[in-house]
Amino acid sequence: MDKIWLVFQREYLVRVRKKSFIVMTILGPLLMALVMIVPIWLATMSDDTKVVQVLDESGYLKGKLTSTEELKFINVPGPVETAKAAYLQSEDAALLYIPQLDLEKPQGIQLFSQKSTSLSMKGNLEKQVRQELEEVKFVNSGIDQQVLDKIKTPISIRTVNLSAEGEKSSDVAVTTGVGFMGAFLVYLFIFIYGAQIMRGVIEEKTSRILEVMVSSVKPFQLMAGKILGIAAVGLTQFLLWIVLTSAISAGVTSRFDLKRFSDEQISQTTQGMESERDVQQAQEIHELFSATQNLNYPLLIGSFLFYFLGGYLLYGALFGAVGAAVDSETDSQQFMLPITVPLILSFIVAQTIIIKNPNGPVAFWMSMIPFTSPVVMMLRMPFGVPTWELLLSMFLLMLGFIGTIWVAARIYRVGILMYGKKVNYRELSKWLFYKG
Amino acid sequence: MQPILQIQGVSKRYEAHQALNQVSFEVPQGSIFGLLGPNGAGKTSLIRIITQITAPDEGQVLFEGQPLQPRHVQQIGYLPEERGLYKKMKVGEQLVYLARLRGLEKADATQRIKTWAERLDLKTWLNKNVEDLSKGMQQKVQFIATVLHEPKLLILDEPFSGFDPVNANIIRDEILKLRDQGCTVIFSTHRMESVEQMCDYIVMINRSHKVMEGSVREVKSRYRSHTYHVEGTGKLLIMSPDFKVLTQSQHGNEFKAEVQLEPQVGPNQLLRYLTERVEVHGFQEKVPSIHDIFIQTVTQEAHG
Repeated sequence: MDKIWLVFQREYLVRVRKKSFIVMTILGPLLMALVMIVPIWLATMSDDTKVVQVLDESGYLKGKLTSTEELKFINVPGPVETAKAAYLQSEDAALLYIPQLDLEKPQGIQLFSQKSTSLSMKGNLEKQVRQELEEVKFVNSGIDQQVLDKIKTPISIRTVNLSAEGEKSSDVAVTTGVGFMGAFLVYLFIFIYGAQIMRGVIEEKTSRILEVMVSSVKPFQLMAGKILGIAAVGLTQFLLWIVLTSAISAGVTSRFDLKRFSDEQISQTTQGMESERDVQQAQEIHELFSATQNLNYPLLIGSFLFYFLGGYLLYGALFGAVGAAVDSETDSQQFMLPITVPLILSFIVAQTIIIKNPNGPVAFWMSMIPFTSPVVMMLRMPFGVPTWELLLSMFLLMLGFIGTIWVAARIYRVGILMYGKKVNYRELSKWLFYKG
Repeated sequence: MQPILQIQGVSKRYEAHQALNQVSFEVPQGSIFGLLGPNGAGKTSLIRIITQITAPDEGQVLFEGQPLQPRHVQQIGYLPEERGLYKKMKVGEQLVYLARLRGLEKADATQRIKTWAERLDLKTWLNKNVEDLSKGMQQKVQFIATVLHEPKLLILDEPFSGFDPVNANIIRDEILKLRDQGCTVIFSTHRMESVEQMCDYIVMINRSHKVMEGSVREVKSRYRSHTYHVEGTGKLLIMSPDFKVLTQSQHGNEFKAEVQLEPQVGPNQLLRYLTERVEVHGFQEKVPSIHDIFIQTVTQEAHG
């Protein structure tokens, strides 16, 4: 035990003192923020205005199409052949051709363009043309547009989790977001720190220190010390990130005075607002805000730590075994693949199937299988998981990492003293049953 | 005195390969013990069993009369042939780490590291990263790491590889000094001249079997062929059934020859025979070197 502790200390201190660790610790939250902000910023940046020529032979749309920031409409004279020829000479984005239409069955609308049209432009045009044609139809059938506008009712359902303890606002977007965040962190940490274990073992192998080491430490102690040491590095980084992020978000909160939207003050806040739109927005922020507050954070963080450590131990042991089996990182690919596939798969499935149905059979089984449960369970957690499922999954994960550590220790023990030998799976399986 | 190490009928198999087959010998306390053998003979397998990196399939190893136990690790210092250090660690920290893994207290280790660093001229380097050191200096650090916990038994696998002659001498002197202080040294090498210089006893392993053992003097005398090298002036013409001329060369009036005696004949008889006929300038028994014995044994085995 002493020796594991000594190895642990070394692995921890060497890594924590590295410049790259300090840099990543500071940059991590900033990068995270960037990852979230940049796409939004990019999306808000408008492209150049595109000019669409319109040849309307039906007469329904004359002057009706409204130019937006993205699209500008100009009318061109027909017939269609001349319009097409003229369009080819111009540098405009597209030519929209609307022939004589049968209102009941509008067919033959075409969009000519020199380059492929984007989906959003096509959608935009379809929407506008449809609206205009519908309006014409309304008028034809005697329905007043104003009456219709009055009938349209905007609906937003406020989701509330009802339980014995009372009501809690929940918000699917927030729940999904938090779950996704947890799953992503687990996934990222397993990859980053698992790979560090592998690299550490390979480094020890190539620097030929292992034989010196194993003459005073048991291979298992060496492996355990390394895996735990790196786990501690990961947790340290994670804690520092939390501290830094909460410092940043505290700054943001005070800057934007988010208190206004809390449960206690929301009614006061909305009273002071004049336009209906502001009130609605404030209400939305309030919902997001209270949904975020109403999550069960102790449970979430507790199970995050458990699944992070469990998943890390499960995969970390295997990464360590791969490091022991190969001579250099370039040889590690063939063994890495079967390890990374379940991890990547769980993340992909998490994004697609499980987000749609967090309590379905796929979600259930994948949160039971130890290789996929760390990521999948983190995603399901905020939606509420029955206690027995959570406990069973945790138990299976523990069995899982005890199993992989057993396998890894056997491969490690033989592999670390094996140099210059290309190893294949058959060889590895034999190592499992070597004596002494 | 009780031998520090007794190897008793040790066998080890790796799948299809028999690494050691019923090897037994004893290492006397306070000696320098040469473990010889060609590549792949099983030396490293044996060393790994002694250092408890692996366990034997059969047989046992006794350390001071007791079967090997994990606590014995602290009394053994092992310098493997494949040796290295953590490149990104400071020399001093690394030595403390390795010493603590062998059961030394931190303060104690620091003190000893200081002494050794002074002795081997490494003092200014203790705060440098290992990767900044030359290969020879790294070897010195490894040597210090091996002896820092003052082991009773020191196992050195090719200790001189990577050293220049000056540093090799320094290390050799340190090894001898440790022996004089009571440390037993097992010495595995291909450099037969250093075996001859340093070893008191040798054991030779070839193809997983022990093929020879004994004190260096004993082994050498066992391989004596009663051959004498003679040189001098005059015309040498030996015509006696007691002597057999192996080689002979004549340059003008000077001759050189190697003469083998028949078993019952002594060297004085040859000398008397010679002085009656020629003028003798040199007369010396041709003792086989360990190098010759090594090659002879290994090639014999290969052919037989």
